[in-house]
Amino acid sequence: MTRRREAQLDWNTFSEGIWQENPVFVMLLGLCPILAVTNSSINALAMGLATAFVLIASSLLISMLRNYIPKQVRIATYIVIIATFVTIVDYVIQAISLDLYNALGAFIQLIVVNCVILGRAEAYASKNRPSVAVLNAVGMSIGFALALLSLGTVREIFGNGSLFGYDLFGDGFEPWVVMVLPPGGFFVLGGWLLLFEWFRQRKAEAQGELAAESSKPGA
Amino acid sequence: MQADSLGFIFLNAVLVNNFVLALFLGLCPFLGVSGKLNTALPMGLATMFVMLVSSLCAYGINLVLVNFEIEFLRLIAYIAVIASAVQLVEMVLKKFVPALFRSLGIFLPLITTNCAILGLALFQTFKEYDFLQSLVYAIGAGTGFILAIVLMAGLREKLDLSNVPSVSQGAAMSLMLGGLLSLAFMGFAGMGGH
Repeated sequence: MTRRREAQLDWNTFSEGIWQENPVFVMLLGLCPILAVTNSSINALAMGLATAFVLIASSLLISMLRNYIPKQVRIATYIVIIATFVTIVDYVIQAISLDLYNALGAFIQLIVVNCVILGRAEAYASKNRPSVAVLNAVGMSIGFALALLSLGTVREIFGNGSLFGYDLFGDGFEPWVVMVLPPGGFFVLGGWLLLFEWFRQRKAEAQGELAAESSKPGA
Repeated sequence: MQADSLGFIFLNAVLVNNFVLALFLGLCPFLGVSGKLNTALPMGLATMFVMLVSSLCAYGINLVLVNFEIEFLRLIAYIAVIASAVQLVEMVLKKFVPALFRSLGIFLPLITTNCAILGLALFQTFKEYDFLQSLVYAIGAGTGFILAIVLMAGLREKLDLSNVPSVSQGAAMSLMLGGLLSLAFMGFAGMGGH
């Protein structure tokens, strides 16, 4: 590649969704499925995979069609494209495992209104080449799935004493039931955000001290 | 009360299975617009109105879809209806209450991607409610949303005056508050199942 572009096919495009711009922990998007289906790690993983498929496929299609979609009706077009892929996922999950389908309930169909996907379509896929858009979508999907899993595992361990269905603590464990109930979702996500904010502030303080020290000799 | 009586459906949607605090639907506006009471209430009312309109349209559309056996188009049809209803609310507000239109800002068009509304349309289809039941369900869900967002706004207005650790300011604190509200609403679970 001789010409420099704004978004390139490189590590940064891929990794920003996982950490610096994690859709859940940094941008606070797509919170509804994050809180609703993370009462067990299996559900969280399934939701992560379903969302990943929709996100990657819709990013690819929207990016390929980006020069043909009229600007005035772009949002409606994106939604229709996303809804199509969600319908596919909905029927596929129904075919693979009915138990899983019942556990996730309406939240599979509600992937349509997940702001992460529409946000990526508007901010990224509509402006970039298909390869770059897909790479970015893969990163974002991993970030989203990691967030789902980080809530799902914590809630399942505390609330049920198990991980991916396997018992961890034996019979003596008294499950912390509130964790798998709705309030637990709020508390665990709040806890993760507190943790990340604490790290961020400590890092900022450390950098501040470093800057203060390095400026001393000069002064 | 019988499980499909109108009173039960209403109470169930407002308190027991509150859309925001028990089903986690519509969290974006719940966390985004709940900073002040005087924007939270209009936001709640706008959402309730869109819920009503889209619930009624979804009921009609579902009849048509079932009639022609093209249920796989349901999702796409519902989303189109909701987007049009939001457009309608936007135009009405812009014409009659421009100040409010400006203060709601980006969150008004974002009602389209509010999962509470699509969720409502899908739930009433799954539960096979008839016309009147759907109407009551939509009113109940809207009331529940208003209740949740107004309670949250009241709490956050109080919180602005108090001294919290810098780490917990912002989203983390809002989520903890949401958790406490949700815990309180769990007390209603004894009033009836799903």
